[in-house]
Amino acid sequence: MHQTQINRLEATALNVREHIIKMSTDGGCFVGASLSAADLIVYLYSEFLNVNAGNLNDPNRDYLFLSKGHDVPALYGTFVELGLLEKERLQNHLSLNDNIYWHPNTKIPGIEFHSGSLGHLPSVAIGVAMDIKIRGGSNRVVCIMGDGELNEGTCWEAALVANAYKLDNLIFVIDRNHFQANMATEDLIPLEPLHDKFTAFGAAVKRINGHDFEALHEAFSAYPFEAGKVNVVIADTVRGKGLPSIERRADRWFCNFNAEEVDGLLKELHGEHTTQLTSETLVVR
Amino acid sequence: MTYEELLTETALNDDRFIVMTAENRALVRNIPAKLGNRFIDTGITEQTMIGAAAGLALRGRIPVVHALASFLSMRAFEFIRTDAGIPKLPVKLSSFIPGFLSDGNGPTHQALEDIALMCGIPNMTVFAPADEDDLVKMLPQVWKHPNPSYVRINTRKTDYVHAPFEWGKAEVVSIGEDVTILTYGLLFEQALIAAEVLKSEGLSVGLINMRSLKPVDERAILEATRESRLTITLEDHFQTGGLYSIVATVLLKHGLTANVLPIALNERWFKPSLLPNVLQHEGFTGKQIAERILGYKTFFTQPKMAIPEFSE
Repeated sequence: MHQTQINRLEATALNVREHIIKMSTDGGCFVGASLSAADLIVYLYSEFLNVNAGNLNDPNRDYLFLSKGHDVPALYGTFVELGLLEKERLQNHLSLNDNIYWHPNTKIPGIEFHSGSLGHLPSVAIGVAMDIKIRGGSNRVVCIMGDGELNEGTCWEAALVANAYKLDNLIFVIDRNHFQANMATEDLIPLEPLHDKFTAFGAAVKRINGHDFEALHEAFSAYPFEAGKVNVVIADTVRGKGLPSIERRADRWFCNFNAEEVDGLLKELHGEHTTQLTSETLVVR
Repeated sequence: MTYEELLTETALNDDRFIVMTAENRALVRNIPAKLGNRFIDTGITEQTMIGAAAGLALRGRIPVVHALASFLSMRAFEFIRTDAGIPKLPVKLSSFIPGFLSDGNGPTHQALEDIALMCGIPNMTVFAPADEDDLVKMLPQVWKHPNPSYVRINTRKTDYVHAPFEWGKAEVVSIGEDVTILTYGLLFEQALIAAEVLKSEGLSVGLINMRSLKPVDERAILEATRESRLTITLEDHFQTGGLYSIVATVLLKHGLTANVLPIALNERWFKPSLLPNVLQHEGFTGKQIAERILGYKTFFTQPKMAIPEFSE
C-alpha cells in the first residue's frame, strides 16, 4: 500500500473520530466501541467494498452488516466522509426529526440491516451470502461483530452453518477491542484462544492489528483466504482508540460528555493535551 | 393436493421461493432432490435459520421455513420479531405439530402460546387451518402476500370440503341462535361433531372456522356474538392470548360484551399421549365439547379418530 494512500486513510479516520466525539454529547453514544471500529470501517468502505452512493440498490454491490450495532457513529462518520450522508445530519443525532440514533437502521441509505440485538447479523449475512452463491454472483459479504458479541451462541451457530455451506464469499470481522460492556472480556467470559476457536469451526482466519491500514490491506487483499472456507478477520483493536484519556477503560463504554469535555477530547485527538473528564463515568445501557 | 406437492409446485414455478428447514424434514422429504440449492437445511438452528431467511428475503427471495412449532415460535421468537417483523420481510413460517398435534412429545414440544406470541409481532400474519384441504386453500395467498406469516401447519385429511380462502376472513359455516362455536385448527373436526350432538339435543348451533387469526374477521365475531345466546371459543392453545383473548379484544373495541365460554388449556400443559387419547383425556372430543356446553352427558358415541403418523 502506497504511503499516500495510507495518509489519506488516516486523514479520513481522523475526521471520522471527530464526528464520533461530536456525537458523544447531548445524550451521548457508545464512544469506545465506535473508536475501536473506526479504522476497520474506514478501510472497508474506502478500499475493499464495492459500495458507493450510486450503487446502494445494485444487487451486485458488496454488503457490509454492522452486527455489533452500537458502533454505528463510526459508520455514520464514514458515510459522511465518503459522501453517502450529509455532514449536517450528524447534528440530528437522537433528534425526532431524523433517524440517527444509538443503533443502525435502514432509513439511513447504505445501512443494509438494522441491528442492536447482538448475534443476529451473522445469520442475516449468511442468508445474503447463500443467495449470492445460488445466483453465482461474485459480491462479497462482510459482517462486523464485537468480541463481547461472541458471548451470544448464535454467532457460533452461524459459524457452523457458514462452514457447512462453504461460504467463502462471507467475511466475519471481529472488532477485538478486548472489552465488553463493563469489563475486559478475559475477566468475564474469556474468548482466547480466539484464532484457534474459529479455525476449529472450519474458518480461514487472519489476526491483525485493526488500526494498521497496511495490515488491514494485506489481510483483505488475500480474499478469499481459502476456497470453500468462511473468512474470519480478528482485528485487534483498542477501545477508545485515539483518546488516551478513555482508551482501555472499562468504565468508558457509553459516554455522554459535556461541551467542554468534547472540546478537550477533540484537542486530545490531535495530540494537544489530555482531557480532564468530569462527567459521570459509567452509564449503564 | 398435499402440502409438499403444493410447496414443490409453487417453488418450481417461481424461483423466488426457497425452502428452508431446521432439520425438520417431515413435510419436505422429496423437495431437496427437486429444488437443488433452493432447498437449505441449516441443521438444528432455528435462530440462524430465521436470520438467514431474512437475508435471503433481503435479496428478493421468499423463504418458506420449517421447524417444530414450539422451537420456531419460542426459541427463534426474537429473530422472527427482529429480523422478519421489524423490516416486514416475507419470511413464511411453517410451524409443524402445533397445539395438540405434538401429541406424545411432552411439554417441551407443546406450542400452546404460539398464536399469542405471533399475533404480538407487528406486520406478522397468523393462520390456523382446520385440515389439509383448508391448508392448501390458504397457502397460495399466504405465500404471495408481502408480509411475514405464521401458519400452524395441519395436514390432517378429513372429508370436509372448505370454502375458498379469503384473506382476513373466517369460514362461516353457520350462525346458531343458541350456540356458535368459534374454533381453528384440528379442533374444527371435533367442533363439527360437537355441533351434530348439540343439534340432536335440539339446539340451534353455528360453527365458524377462524382460519385467519391475524388479520382476524371482526365481522364474523360480532355476528356470532350478536346472533347467538352463547359463543364458544374452542382452541388448543393457552386460554391467555389465543382466540378467547382475540374475541375479547374485538368486543371491547366495539364497546360490546357477550356470553362467551372459553374451551382452552387454562394455565397448564396437556398430558402427552397419542392424539385421540389426548383429546379424550383433556375433554376435547366432539362429544365432550358438546357435553361441556350442555352441562350434561349424552348417549352419543364419539367416532374413532385416525391416529396421525408420527414424524419428527
